[in-house]
Amino acid sequence: MKQLTVISGKGGTGKTTITAAFAALAQNHVMADGDVDAADLHLILTPHIKRGKEFYGGRAPSLDKDKCDQCGICMEVCRFDAIHNFTRDPISCEGCGLCMHACPTGAIKMGEKLSGYWFISDTRFGPMVHARLGIAEENSGKLVTLVRQQARLIAEDENKDLIIIDGPPGIGCPVIAALTGVTLVLAVTEPTLSGIHDLERVLDVAKHFNVPAMVCVNKCDINPENTRKIEDYCQDKNIEVVGEIPYDPVVTKAMVERQALVEYDSGIVAEIIKKMWEKIEAKLQDGLKG
Amino acid sequence: MIISIASGKGGTGKTTVAVNLALSLKDAQYMDCDVEEPNGHLFLKPQIEDSISVGIPVPEVDKSRCTYCGECVRVCEFNAIVVIKQKVLIFPELCHGCGGCSYICPVGAIEEVEREIGIIEKGKAGNIEFVHGILNVGEPMAPPLIRTEKRFINNHKTVIIDSSPGTSCPVVQAVKGSDFCLLVTEPTPFGLNDLKLAVEMVRKLGIPLGLLINCSDIGDRKVWQYCETEKIPILLEIPADRRIAEAYSRGIPLLEELPENKKRFQELYYEIEKEGRRRENEATDCNQW
Repeated sequence: MKQLTVISGKGGTGKTTITAAFAALAQNHVMADGDVDAADLHLILTPHIKRGKEFYGGRAPSLDKDKCDQCGICMEVCRFDAIHNFTRDPISCEGCGLCMHACPTGAIKMGEKLSGYWFISDTRFGPMVHARLGIAEENSGKLVTLVRQQARLIAEDENKDLIIIDGPPGIGCPVIAALTGVTLVLAVTEPTLSGIHDLERVLDVAKHFNVPAMVCVNKCDINPENTRKIEDYCQDKNIEVVGEIPYDPVVTKAMVERQALVEYDSGIVAEIIKKMWEKIEAKLQDGLKG
Repeated sequence: MIISIASGKGGTGKTTVAVNLALSLKDAQYMDCDVEEPNGHLFLKPQIEDSISVGIPVPEVDKSRCTYCGECVRVCEFNAIVVIKQKVLIFPELCHGCGGCSYICPVGAIEEVEREIGIIEKGKAGNIEFVHGILNVGEPMAPPLIRTEKRFINNHKTVIIDSSPGTSCPVVQAVKGSDFCLLVTEPTPFGLNDLKLAVEMVRKLGIPLGLLINCSDIGDRKVWQYCETEKIPILLEIPADRRIAEAYSRGIPLLEELPENKKRFQELYYEIEKEGRRRENEATDCNQW
């Protein structure tokens, strides 16, 4: 089974727009929204939820006030400065449980913590797994891993040979969870200095985890000189620039209509994305790995 | 005053707003807390004067003392330590540095050593005091780096904190403790969806907030409707302008390319201050009741 993850380093480069277009173009596939922190793919794919489940991402301590004799040891041992005046700040607390182990009266217990929800849905382009991390919750990497596992199970069950994953921005834990072990990564970037800076970092992450990558330059005409810099950089690193998309207001219009770009329009941008998809599909079929 | 800039969605112009707000003030400290992908330095081009390595403490086992009792494994909530027969395996990337294992070890066989997760650089960009954190590539944990970075907040200045997109741990770590949070959005379905999450986050943290709408002439009008229902003040609207996008692409701050905007950013700061004060007064009123 092949897996493609669309990432970007920098946010707002058009990952989800391109992923949604791939969802419309691909055959026999499962979609997974790996951006559990600010999931947007559902806005275009308008999933019909078949099954939703709670996500317990970690554990959190709770205090039995009757047993507490206010010795303050829990405050002393906590390295995250999460306990003040015998109340716990859930945002600072990492759930390490040291307070429980250190408490001499056994007043602190660790319990499961509800951190979000995940869903299996139907869309007009086939099955989709997506999730919603609770506000200010941690363990997004774990939830991304869970979303990917579920997508895999569906693919196995229904004989699908491809999983397309919309990745989160950045290079931290959720991104690592979204790209480890996939067949291919498509990095979407913009020809801006920040776009280039972040692209280089995220390609390093892909390399670090041994995942082959391709690059797509969105809004390539905003700065043709920087677009060429990206081409040169990629050539140096032996990474194929698989598509260059000019700036076009049609992209926003399609989004407002909640349609994948290739459904909404058949203009130049749609054509470029179609060609790009053909190349990516061919690369995936090559069965290249590592 | 500490002002954090957040957005939920990436690419809405957080860094543009943070950088130009800092440039429009006389005495600002700019702090880039988007440690996964810091970008502010591309525009402010600071002179870096100091670089600090940031690590978290991870366990190291003294084999001559270890009895392989497995207590350390039992307390570790993050599965960062495993004992197999007469061997202790440590997975430093999973370790949060809580110190539970060394605390619990009955024979004192665990010592903690620093493992670098990133660096913090400090410097000057004209009048602006500049700080940013850079997470090492391949490193999952951004929050400890952000936590350390925020120790460099200069309370004598107006502090502008640039955060990463989203609403999970790194953003919370960046926004927490600020006096005001300015949310930046684009009036599109993606922008609105992620804005709602960001608003929920900022409210959970109990921080006064306001909105800046970037590229205000694209998309639809649903962001305005939402703000009216939710009583969120819209402090500034910036229309889409190819000149801004092009300057951005070259790493040139908006105020340098189009200096006539300086006044708008100064007014934005004034509005933020006013809004922050108003909320403070409201809070006091509530307490009196």
